[in-house]
Amino acid sequence: MGDLPFAIELAGQGVANGLMYSLVALGFVLIYKATDAINFAQGEFVMIAGIVIAALASDAYGFPLWLALFAGLVFMVVFNIGLERVVLRPLIGRPIVSIIMATIGLAAILRGFGPMVFGSAPRGLALPIPDAPVIIGPFFFSPIQLVGAGVSILFLMGFGWFFLKTRKGVAMRAVADSHQVSSAMGINVEKYFALAWVMAGVVAMLGGVLWGSMSGVDTQLALVGLKVFPVVILGGLDSIIGVIVGGIIIGLVEALASGFIDPYVGGGTKDFAPYVLMIIMLMIRPYGLFGRKLIERI
Amino acid sequence: MFYRESGEYKTDYKRDMTLYALPISRFAVGLMVLLFFVAAPLLMSEYQLTLLSLVAIAVVGALGLNILVGYAGQLSIGHAAFMSVGAYTAANLVTKLDMPFLLTLPAGGIMAAAIGLIVGIPSLRIKGIYLAIATLAAQFIIEWIINHSPSISGGVQASIEIDRPTILGWKLDQAVDLYLFLVTIAAIAIVCTQNLIRSRIGRAFIAIRDQDIAAEIIGISVFKYKLYAFGISSFYAGVTGVLYTYYLGIASYEQFTLVVSIDYLAMIIIGGLGSILGSVLGAFFITLLPIGIRLFMENVGSLFLEPEALASIISQMRLIVFGSLIIIFLIMEPEGLNRLWINIRNYFRVWPFSY
Repeated sequence: MGDLPFAIELAGQGVANGLMYSLVALGFVLIYKATDAINFAQGEFVMIAGIVIAALASDAYGFPLWLALFAGLVFMVVFNIGLERVVLRPLIGRPIVSIIMATIGLAAILRGFGPMVFGSAPRGLALPIPDAPVIIGPFFFSPIQLVGAGVSILFLMGFGWFFLKTRKGVAMRAVADSHQVSSAMGINVEKYFALAWVMAGVVAMLGGVLWGSMSGVDTQLALVGLKVFPVVILGGLDSIIGVIVGGIIIGLVEALASGFIDPYVGGGTKDFAPYVLMIIMLMIRPYGLFGRKLIERI
Repeated sequence: MFYRESGEYKTDYKRDMTLYALPISRFAVGLMVLLFFVAAPLLMSEYQLTLLSLVAIAVVGALGLNILVGYAGQLSIGHAAFMSVGAYTAANLVTKLDMPFLLTLPAGGIMAAAIGLIVGIPSLRIKGIYLAIATLAAQFIIEWIINHSPSISGGVQASIEIDRPTILGWKLDQAVDLYLFLVTIAAIAIVCTQNLIRSRIGRAFIAIRDQDIAAEIIGISVFKYKLYAFGISSFYAGVTGVLYTYYLGIASYEQFTLVVSIDYLAMIIIGGLGSILGSVLGAFFITLLPIGIRLFMENVGSLFLEPEALASIISQMRLIVFGSLIIIFLIMEPEGLNRLWINIRNYFRVWPFSY
């Protein structure tokens, strides 16, 4: 076990991947923060964005990359606005199982819809980024990982600033705190619900591009969504800083577990270890490292 | 006119406690027994009977999940994992210890209940979304453990083949025999659940669902009853897993993935949360849905699609229809098929006078 260079190498990979998990989890947190809705379809959002962009950029449609990216962005924004309007708004105030099931149903629809419209064959998504690995000190990275991690940090910081400093961000936090009070204070609650879903759509589109160009685009891309739960439970459901920390921890645990435990048990630890960590966290601090503890009243 | 409570006087405790108090409900139960135990085996083809067998298995599982989610209010996304526990328990007992079928059935249930109790322990501290995610984790962890321990899962393919069951010399190798057995189990499960819900335990479940802090204040041990809910629900799930294993002739973890958990959640949502009839209707609906879609697509879709394109579209159509139905029911009829049925019944209660 004294394989320190190997561990350091894995840790570097883990942190880079973890930051990209953070980006996907950010979409979940944005929606939960503003609307109290639990989105079980975040992975499918990432998948559908990836599929749309990859299909448009492929030879069949022949869009240039920038146009495909822009079209993907527009698609996600329009789609999420419609979604909020048609599906989520009627469910406001319903028990939590309703909202969870609605997003699970949504996930099923997206899983069927994407391949039906754009074909189910896996596609590549080539970004204009070199392939040669970058060596920084003891770490090896593929350039796409660095770009992904960089974009993640940029957006996480951007949203952190948005929530702390801008007028809209403060309004959104007020909405999250109490729909009724913020409505009485003259905040258009429904507008901010839509805004939260739009932001989640933008984040999902970025996630789709980054994960898609790393691992190829097909319905398997939605599996990224399964990492969202460990990340947000670890960091706290409504905390942006928690998403960053949670993402890095999950990335690290995943990389180290698959590096050191996989040879003994025959694979699969990558998907298993984050959930074990999550269970432990749920036992000790259910609301996460940075989450708000809810006090319940009758 | 048909469904009337008037004129039914409960003059002693025995009548007050009867399960089916009204003549019309006794008549309906008799009719159902006649329909499913006599008419169906005589009139239906072998293929239709296998479909009904699948429905009967799903009824048991849906009842179990409805006890936990619909009555006790504890959201679980790991129902299929408990089924796999039951399935592998039974398969191992049969192949390694050569236990008789009738013993493996409760054994699988009890093993699943034991695991369910462990998974239920966090429910004291966490609820709602956190509990849902914890059960999701349980799904993955149980799946992984079964998949990675050859002593449980029987080697590389993680599947164990077993024979058709024999009950006291009656070998269930025909579709009719298997169907009769499964539908009997489903009927027992329905009656047990009906009685459970009327009992002290069932009422405690409902109190906890409606407001757990208030339930604790009036003296219900919340932790105990939450564990009961997990245990009982997992027992049903385990039995479902055993039945499913015998039905397929193979125990395989691929039959008990997250998708199956979601199917069962969809059953109780579409059927109606906290309703026994709803569980049954939901089980019918979700089990027969893919078959309905396939029939529809083969008959209508083949008019304007190539056969190869059709094959891939059917599985995608299933996902889309499945997801849309969940969302439509949640928005339009949150109480599910059960509410539709109650509306019909109430209409005929005073028919032909609408007031």
